[in-house]
Amino acid sequence: MYTQSLDVPDGSAPTLAAVPAGADALQTRFDEKIDADRKIEPQDWMPEAYRRTLVRQISQHAHSEIIGMQPEGNWISRAPSLKRKAILLAKVQDEGGHGLYLYSAAETLGTSRDQLLDALHTGKAKYSSIFNYPTLLWADVGVIGWLVDGAAIMNQVPICRCSYGPYARAMIRICKEESFHQRQGFESLMVQMQGTPEQRAMVQDAVNRWWWPVLAMFGPPDADSTNSAQGMRWGIKRLSNDELRQKFVDATVPQAAVLRVTLPDPDLKWNEARGQHDYGAIDWDEFWAVVNGNGPCNKERLANRVKAHEDGQWVRDAAQAHAAKQRARALKEAA
Amino acid sequence: MSNPNKEWPLWEVFVRSKQGLEHKHCGSLHAVDAQQALQMARDVYTRRQEGVSIWVVPSGSITASEPDDKGEFFEPMADKIYRHPTFYDIPDEVGHM
Repeated sequence: MYTQSLDVPDGSAPTLAAVPAGADALQTRFDEKIDADRKIEPQDWMPEAYRRTLVRQISQHAHSEIIGMQPEGNWISRAPSLKRKAILLAKVQDEGGHGLYLYSAAETLGTSRDQLLDALHTGKAKYSSIFNYPTLLWADVGVIGWLVDGAAIMNQVPICRCSYGPYARAMIRICKEESFHQRQGFESLMVQMQGTPEQRAMVQDAVNRWWWPVLAMFGPPDADSTNSAQGMRWGIKRLSNDELRQKFVDATVPQAAVLRVTLPDPDLKWNEARGQHDYGAIDWDEFWAVVNGNGPCNKERLANRVKAHEDGQWVRDAAQAHAAKQRARALKEAA
Repeated sequence: MSNPNKEWPLWEVFVRSKQGLEHKHCGSLHAVDAQQALQMARDVYTRRQEGVSIWVVPSGSITASEPDDKGEFFEPMADKIYRHPTFYDIPDEVGHM
């Protein structure tokens, strides 16, 4: 799932480093590759700022996948049937897998897994704001699949063409698996909408709570996205936040009609002249409050993550000790 | 006991998607040893029957060509177009050759 077009600065302001001799030729060759839409691979020379931006964006994306296991994981033990439980387990396992693909991609840029995890656990690194909202009802699980994964797909498909090879390849793998995530969510909601009035009301309630945070997932409006132009120049970003958000709204409105749910925006209407939907104002103060740690679940999500990591330490130690013992035994037998 | 803060070694994963095809690089992962690397590769890279066989190789064991040598390493082949079948004009009446 789950990036948000949110390449949120982590506090370390970009600084202009001294340019080493010969860097001009390297920079020119790099620019030519980008202009020709060719891929940059780990061993290739790249500007420091490009490397830093990628590490930040890919690791934020990886962290989002890992933290994103929690809101749905909340419902695994309470899924309404064995079928739904198996589906949900598979989906949450996918999120974990996506996090691993992405951590591997980020590591090719020269940052270690431990450094990446440490940045998450100390709160230095960001992850998608959307996972700081609670999953109050079973319907929330369906809505996450339909809307959150739907928004993520919108965001991620263009990243399959990202200029950095390992990131693009990881995204291709991820996008192949995402379609299942969105479809299972939509189908689950269709079943609930055929249920009792109370069940339909729960679906509507979940849609009401998730709609606006999902629109905010695409990141700040283009006018306020200072990093966007550079990301586009580097071929890391292909479509602007507002373009992606508009595509998502236009794709989602007819889906909501099929489901017979209402999207909670009185200003949402078809604009004949633009050939697109108009939609209401997004509460950016709320978005930034959540990004900066003050959403409903930020503390809980991070605390759970840190606890899981610490609780797993003895397992990692034991695996390493076992491997060391096996190696020593093999050496002895060979001697 | 080994240093608990030490990262698990990195492995490159190659998957054969079906019998008769070659193994193809599909990503990397951290694992303590080869056996664990295989199990993790199964879980991380073949959740949807993407493979019938997996190789794992310690990343440090791979020797790669240097990107800086790309010119002198690969370009000598660029002017040897006579190594390609399309270099030769054959009359149409010969048919497929």
